[in-house]
Amino acid sequence: MKGLNGALSDNNKANPVEGVIASGGSPVKYVIIGNSAAAIGAVEGIRQIDRQGEITVITNEPHHTYSRPLISYLLLGKVTEENMRYRGDGFYTENNCTLMSDTAVAEIDAGKKQVVLAGRARVPYDKLLVATGSSAFVPAFEGLDTVPSKYTFMSLNDARSLGKALDKSKRVLIIGAGLIGLKCAEGILDRVSHVTVLDLAPRILSSILDEDGAELVQSHLEGKGMEFKLSCNIKCFEKNTAVLENGERIAFDLLVLAVGVRPNTALLKGIAEIGRGVVINEKSETTAADIYAAGDCTQTLDVSSGQSRIMALLPNAYMQGECAGINMAGGGKGFNKAIPMNAIGFFGLHIITAGNYNGDVHTVKGDGNCKRLYYSDNRLNGYILIGNVEKAGIYTSLIRERTPLDTVDFALICEKPGLMAFAQEDRMLKLGGVAR
Amino acid sequence: MKRVYVNEKWCLGCHLCEYYCAFAGTNEKDMARALRDIKINPKINIEENGGVSFAVSCRHCEEPLCVKSCITGALTVSDGVIKIDRDQCIGCYTCILICPYGAISTSDDGAVQKCELCVKTAAGTPACVKGCPNGAIVFEERG
Repeated sequence: MKGLNGALSDNNKANPVEGVIASGGSPVKYVIIGNSAAAIGAVEGIRQIDRQGEITVITNEPHHTYSRPLISYLLLGKVTEENMRYRGDGFYTENNCTLMSDTAVAEIDAGKKQVVLAGRARVPYDKLLVATGSSAFVPAFEGLDTVPSKYTFMSLNDARSLGKALDKSKRVLIIGAGLIGLKCAEGILDRVSHVTVLDLAPRILSSILDEDGAELVQSHLEGKGMEFKLSCNIKCFEKNTAVLENGERIAFDLLVLAVGVRPNTALLKGIAEIGRGVVINEKSETTAADIYAAGDCTQTLDVSSGQSRIMALLPNAYMQGECAGINMAGGGKGFNKAIPMNAIGFFGLHIITAGNYNGDVHTVKGDGNCKRLYYSDNRLNGYILIGNVEKAGIYTSLIRERTPLDTVDFALICEKPGLMAFAQEDRMLKLGGVAR
Repeated sequence: MKRVYVNEKWCLGCHLCEYYCAFAGTNEKDMARALRDIKINPKINIEENGGVSFAVSCRHCEEPLCVKSCITGALTVSDGVIKIDRDQCIGCYTCILICPYGAISTSDDGAVQKCELCVKTAAGTPACVKGCPNGAIVFEERG
């Protein structure tokens, strides 16, 4: 079956062994800083190879591993805190790892190979993974300190605090019409009196949508009752009022700051190379010996553009983390298929995007749906699907695999994503598992 | 492990696999009665174009991108079978974004759906395989 999933055929997994022994003769000590997708991927990666090594997971949050993107669904009432769990209750026990929750890390002593906790206790490691994620970026708006009720929207604790403050009398101002700001808006819309979303950019979701697509989604959200203030800059805050550069004043009760995120790289400062994020290679190694990094705190190669960038997305985080774990345990795995990609929906309108939007464009619009495929030099660079998103993965795979478009029926695949567009022998391999 | 394999040379494009798949989820005894007047939404789908047709369903990949990408943990692997916990799924469609076969699809209740080799319904041979009149869909071990 190995060759069947072409997407991963270049990844070599080492054969599992009963235990990897450190040079001192004792089981390997693995330490993971972080407890989200990348960290969990690493635990599962390590355990594919090494069942004996000691794994310690350190997190400054007081929770069992949970799915961060679900915080908006929690406010929406679509999930409970119990089913936000990213892995089952028995995860840490089943994987024989020690969870140190509610524990802050002060620094990494790379010379002594120890993690120094905020209380100055030291945790020794043979292999270390930094999976510290990212934090909300809060600009130094003038008068922000005068705002009595302000929130960021990144963690379960953020969602709990915001959730407690919501009621039908509250007017909410959200700064930032990106993925986080809009999912927050969707989550709270029916629980408050009014939601206004403000952004400096002229369109919503500017990192993943073009103008037409953004307009389509915006009018859908306006139809549900959200109000948008775009191309607007905050001049200052005066308690419960935002004063805009254009002189307009917006009164609010609750302020949500969703301007952007910054990777948490501080622990590796002076230890490993940091660009915008921690620089890692396709084995999830940093430039420092025995220190790996994965997930939102890192920057890595975007194969759709050939550029190194931060791609703070859960699937990439898990796959980088798993790859790190396998390599920490002595396996040989490369993850070199990271691309920007997003699946997101608002009130039943689904959006899937991937790659970058350079090159020629093929557009199909109508019936509330929009499809845009961007291509150049015989390769698919990226796509935007709004509305009908069925079989989007066929397009994603063309981008991730850098499939030459002259090997598929591009006209057919533009019209309808499917395996039909591939050569018959490729189809036989994909569906028959063996070459015929 | 045994998987569903498809040979397009034998596929008649009759769509019976889709009906057997939809029927397998109903717990009814009579297929005609169970599927009368409803629009079926099966987990196996026929692609057809210019005289060529074949069925597509989950490949149960050894390195399942959908499971690795699932943001809730709703997709898991159990004895090689990729399963969906439809109560855990919140319908974000990240799996639809990543599946290179287009084998995971939407459903009316919001959660995604996919072939689970009939492990949750009839034991033994998957219904699409049993129902294929021309042996174009088989359930067997291959290298």
